[in-house]
Amino acid sequence: MSIIQDAVKTAVRFVPDRWLPGASPDPLREKHGLLGAPISRVDGPLKVAGQARFAAEVPMEGLAYATLVHSTIARGHITSLDTSKAEAAPGVVLVMTHENAPRMNAPAMFMSRPDAVGASDLPVMQNRDIHWNGEPVALVLAETQEQADHAATLVKVEYESATAVTDFQAAKLAAHHPQSILGEPPLFEIGDAEKELNEAHHRVDLVFRTPRHNHNAIELHGATVRWDGDELTVHDATQMLNGTAGTLAEIFGINPDQVHVSSPYVGGGFGGKALWNHQILAAAASRLSGRPVRIVLSRESVFRIVGGRTTTEQRVALGAERNGSLRALIHTGTVAMTEHNNCPEQFTFPARHLYASKSFRLEQSVADMDMMANTFMRAPGESVGTFALECALDELAEQMELDPIELRRRIEPEKDPTSNNPFSSRYLLQCFEQGGERFGWNRRDPKPGARREGEWLVGLGCATGTYPYHRMPGGSARIRIEADGSAVVSTAVHEMGMGTATVQAQAAAARLGLPLEKVRFDYGDTSLPKGVLAGGSTQTASISAAVIAANDELVKELIRLAGNDSPLAGLGADKLEARDEGLASVDEPGRHETYASILARAGRDHLEVEAAAPPPLEMMKYSMHSTAAQFAEVRVNSVTGEVRVCRMLGSFDCGRILNAKTATSQFRGGMIMGIGLALTEETLFDPRSGRIMNPSLAEYHVPVHMDVPEIEVMWTDIPDPHAPLGARGIGEIGITGVAAAIANAVYNATGRRVRDLPITLDKLL
Amino acid sequence: MAVTLRVNGKEQSVETEPDTPLLYVLRDDLALNGAKYGCGLGQCGACTVLVDDKPVLSCLTPLMLLEGRSITTVEGLGTVGKPGPMQQAFIEEQAAQCGYCIPGMMMRAEALVRRNPDAGDTEIRDALEANLCRCGTHSRILKAVARARDLKRGGGA
Repeated sequence: MSIIQDAVKTAVRFVPDRWLPGASPDPLREKHGLLGAPISRVDGPLKVAGQARFAAEVPMEGLAYATLVHSTIARGHITSLDTSKAEAAPGVVLVMTHENAPRMNAPAMFMSRPDAVGASDLPVMQNRDIHWNGEPVALVLAETQEQADHAATLVKVEYESATAVTDFQAAKLAAHHPQSILGEPPLFEIGDAEKELNEAHHRVDLVFRTPRHNHNAIELHGATVRWDGDELTVHDATQMLNGTAGTLAEIFGINPDQVHVSSPYVGGGFGGKALWNHQILAAAASRLSGRPVRIVLSRESVFRIVGGRTTTEQRVALGAERNGSLRALIHTGTVAMTEHNNCPEQFTFPARHLYASKSFRLEQSVADMDMMANTFMRAPGESVGTFALECALDELAEQMELDPIELRRRIEPEKDPTSNNPFSSRYLLQCFEQGGERFGWNRRDPKPGARREGEWLVGLGCATGTYPYHRMPGGSARIRIEADGSAVVSTAVHEMGMGTATVQAQAAAARLGLPLEKVRFDYGDTSLPKGVLAGGSTQTASISAAVIAANDELVKELIRLAGNDSPLAGLGADKLEARDEGLASVDEPGRHETYASILARAGRDHLEVEAAAPPPLEMMKYSMHSTAAQFAEVRVNSVTGEVRVCRMLGSFDCGRILNAKTATSQFRGGMIMGIGLALTEETLFDPRSGRIMNPSLAEYHVPVHMDVPEIEVMWTDIPDPHAPLGARGIGEIGITGVAAAIANAVYNATGRRVRDLPITLDKLL
Repeated sequence: MAVTLRVNGKEQSVETEPDTPLLYVLRDDLALNGAKYGCGLGQCGACTVLVDDKPVLSCLTPLMLLEGRSITTVEGLGTVGKPGPMQQAFIEEQAAQCGYCIPGMMMRAEALVRRNPDAGDTEIRDALEANLCRCGTHSRILKAVARARDLKRGGGA
């Protein structure tokens, strides 16, 4: 955190809400009807008809198909390259290596500048150096995908290996503090936590380990690219349109407005659909060959060149008084990272905001390794951080002979325990009470191993889930009102299945007082007003803030156009509300004029306004976090050790829920990914070679139909007064707390604490 | 080699290598992008289509085996404006999230309900085991298949 940011943060605390752009309550947050209604997805019919066009399906004349060749060493350099056989193979257009690739600037690293989204700052195929096992060393371009795949096997590469750091245990010895953990200091302390721990009446001091994970969206990473002179068009599968355009422009030395990125449908992202080497290399090969290029990574290539969640080793130590209050909360540990990226898997973040404690010690280090740059994956930090913290709390509760929910009641903070800012809105205990009642928590026998049904041991567990509210700065939106009074709202944002297109149309209709069928929401293309990226559960709030700003402009323009002959004459914006397809007086319901009528009288065939969202100062004044109570019932086979999750319930406090249907899917989807995190998912990294050993869906086990039990979700639906629409974002919280709830249930069933994920049967035998 | 296929009721002649996977032919030669490419190894099920009413993984099925066979892809189940019962059920249950696994799910489900119009929930779950979804929309998919089964029965089909 810079000095300037700190100063702004301090100043903002004393500023009244009405002076803070973006922090004053959105009147729509209390409005019911369209907002919150279970509207069906607007893109449903297209998707089930097979007509939603994904990035690798865009037709282009004269396409050439690309395949990558990956390095087989983790560090060193290429000593010789023989591409002659590949070049002579049928259909081959060209083979690109560092020897003939166009000169390109290295990508600017994510967060190094507002628009930079490079997954690492390593140059791409520009020299003979190798930085990870799997780095692309050649790209083969051919007339068909099969010809490219075949020719790629004919490229001969020889290497000289250098000593590589590929063993996390060894790398940990040289672990160090990164400059920051996403803007927060790597070490945060209140009081002397180690001393308080030693003097506490009850103590737990535990180590937890989580493995690497990969997103494994079912749509493979792919792009269809074309150059027209110095103009680059990229049909991409991305969750960061404008960042991709800006970063690619810099790589190729052109202006951002010369890069056009389009991505209306994305077949799952989860953090993985970012700017990786393949789009850069496809654009380079297209430039070199003069042909439009399609690249679709094989599933193995995705594991080789798209980073995943990194591995963590975490210590959680808790010291408590007899009455249950915490004296010490210590959460420290190390993650694997590279020297070329900045993604430290912020697992200590939940501990900053969840519980009151007399003292804190929160510290994160990174161990530099020679591996594919790791990246963000659904709830980076919070997903694995809550596993450690919430399992430790369960162990503490048991030692204190307290119900785990009762323990959480006793350590519920009144304000944010580390920033001291007030919570904008927090109903965690309500989540536990209502969720626990519905789930039947009172039927849990705290004694482990007490419930047996034949071979099966049955247990219940719970845990807290949490994810922060963030609003991305820099997004804009356009509102266009047509002569018939219908509206088009547009901004360059993303729909990966979350429901963005549907929810934003709903929200815009509610804001403009229009029926849903008179509103269209356009997104997914950089020709639209600059949008925000889809990540960190920020899109909904960020888009909504831009739409509010545009709507403020719209109302001003409408007042101007309405003039003195309108029933609205003389009313200012603060006396007007949108209703019945137009504007109306707040105080005198009879004074109303439709948009169509205002435009007609002014002789306009449309009205268009565009505005940018104000900076997200509300985040500095308030501690803004969503919370959840996660419950799981598991059955563990006493003979085989097999774990089956048989029932789950998630009880969420995320502010307003904007669409009951799409929200249910988001929550449940996160919880199901949480089952994978708890029980099956692990990217196996060979500590000798630095190579990922299970780069396929046969060996990396995502949850399947048989793994998915009855999952119930519920929510408080209490609007956050400081978030646009009263909503805090729901894409990630679903996965948080799940692994802990399942691990705690496994303990309740068996009496076995498994502190390293995934909880496979060998760990229970 | 030229192979003649019947795709969604229409005769199609394709000139290609005999071992070309059906999926590549559908997507690259016939512009039928409904069947999806998710792994190319028969591990995810996104490419599932029907060959003579049986579900096959089109990414693993070479063209030479298909001379004269009848192939149905998701485009053969209905259109955006006129969705078939399976598609209608998937819309009504909101089973598509990102939508990428959905065509494969629908084709495998279609094969099941054609074979067994009375398939129960366990049989549905069993049949769909081979198809992966990462958004986590499993519960809605299972419900959609049950609804499609009922729609087809109710419609007298």
